[in-house]
Amino acid sequence: MRVMVIVKANKDSEAGILPDRKILEEMGKYNEELAKAGLLLAGEGLQDSSKGARVKFSGSKRTVIDGPFAETKELVAGFWLWQVKSREEAIEWLKRAPFQEGEVEIRQVFEQEDFGEALTPEMRDQEARLRIGGAK
Amino acid sequence: MKATDTHRAIETVWRIESARLIAGLTRIVRDVGLAEDLAQDALLAALERWPSSGVPDNPGAWLMAVAKHRAIDRLRRGKRIEQKHEELGREIEARRSSDGRDLDDAIDDDVGDDLLRLIFLACHPILPTESRVALTLRLLGGLTTEEIARAFLVPEPTVAQRIVRAKRTLAQAHVPFEVPRGVELEKRLGSVLEVIYLIFNEGYTATAGDDWMRPALCEEALRLGRVLAELAPREPEVHGLVALMEIQASRLRARSGPSGEPILLLDQDRSRWDGILVVRGLKGLERAERLGGERGPYRLQASIAACHARARAAEDTDWRRIASLYDELATRLPSPVVELNRAVAHGMAFGPAEGLRLVEPLGAEPSLRAYHLLPSVRGDLLSKLGRRDEARAEFERAARMTRNAQERRLLLERADALGRGA
Repeated sequence: MRVMVIVKANKDSEAGILPDRKILEEMGKYNEELAKAGLLLAGEGLQDSSKGARVKFSGSKRTVIDGPFAETKELVAGFWLWQVKSREEAIEWLKRAPFQEGEVEIRQVFEQEDFGEALTPEMRDQEARLRIGGAK
Repeated sequence: MKATDTHRAIETVWRIESARLIAGLTRIVRDVGLAEDLAQDALLAALERWPSSGVPDNPGAWLMAVAKHRAIDRLRRGKRIEQKHEELGREIEARRSSDGRDLDDAIDDDVGDDLLRLIFLACHPILPTESRVALTLRLLGGLTTEEIARAFLVPEPTVAQRIVRAKRTLAQAHVPFEVPRGVELEKRLGSVLEVIYLIFNEGYTATAGDDWMRPALCEEALRLGRVLAELAPREPEVHGLVALMEIQASRLRARSGPSGEPILLLDQDRSRWDGILVVRGLKGLERAERLGGERGPYRLQASIAACHARARAAEDTDWRRIASLYDELATRLPSPVVELNRAVAHGMAFGPAEGLRLVEPLGAEPSLRAYHLLPSVRGDLLSKLGRRDEARAEFERAARMTRNAQERRLLLERADALGRGA
């Protein structure tokens, strides 16, 4: 299963202050560990919300609201996408992250039974041709 | 924490840590079977202690400390280990005298990670293929014997026996715990890649059964591939294989319809392809290309898969490029199945007559005699050329040959569509 690990904003991240070198190094090491465990699919850090915008919907009306946004702790400051075997595995890995404060959230990604019932014995012969690269 | 929660937490820690634990212990005791026993001992200790003490902050280090402790205990009293120890001593002496540089080299070996050594050990060519697969899933994937048995639809004792025998073979042959170098590396790496791709295909092609463990094999193979790509980042074929698996896995949810009927690549709804895996696959291929060198079979197959992945619609497919990649693949990995695919690609790129010209000689190929895709491809090319009677006969022949009901129906439909008599 896939989970999105959501890192929330704080005063510093919203003020555009980059983490100090030590934290960046630790985070780099942690990211490397995630990659070496084969579970890191994607991950990005987000710039502060003053560079963002929101589009508000109301019926057919659209209103654009420019950042920054007030509710700092609710803002997303970064995310990872992990491929894990279980929710527990995600928790175990997240516990190893070098954060010193705040909360980081794990959310399970919807998947359209892509590794589930879609695979039936009937597909076998079809796959014989896809396997080699899929000319037909 | 409730006891069941703790057990689940321990299970998770085990999945995360077992491979590294076994790898580190193998380096110390030089016997992968013993290393696994010691790791299991540590797991038992955790099962005993953690429910009351709680899971330690660094569970991996805790398990390693316990296992090392047990190793020393056994060293002190166990005869088996004493012998091992003596053997080890002799081995080191022998190596020193034969080549004094070996030990130093082992220390500064830049890819010499224990985990990588363990992968090479589990995939050692002295083991039969099915044992390599079982041992890899067991040692690197942390799968239980029962899970492996379910995944491969074989009885559990069979898997258990394969693993026991494999470990014995490795011990008896004194297979060194190291990352091979030079010419040897290429050969051994080939075996590792083969094992990973076999695991992937076992899940991907679902030869039988619909157990959840089988699709999980795709994920496991992908994970192993991604790990290997981090451990051996300078090997283009590793990135080639990972890219190939990422791109193939990206199509998993698009390749069958609501009632499980197969959907051919060109008929798939491309919006259902997994974009993240496509991007990862294309990036992996870029990494492989940047490393340069001669394009190996995995990189070539990944390049072909990438041509499809890059085409927004089936009509946009760059068939000329695919045809030329198949030409290259046919020289690197000559096989009748590659030839057949090459013929299809040439047929798409340069017209059905050209495809048919390449298909003709394959009729004499004994390994394709029972392969229904051969008449099926011929039928397709003949029908495009307007040779309806011949095409119909080919589709009917293919329908008789396939053991797959869905496919048979599809082939007979195509035959019928060509009408009777001319």
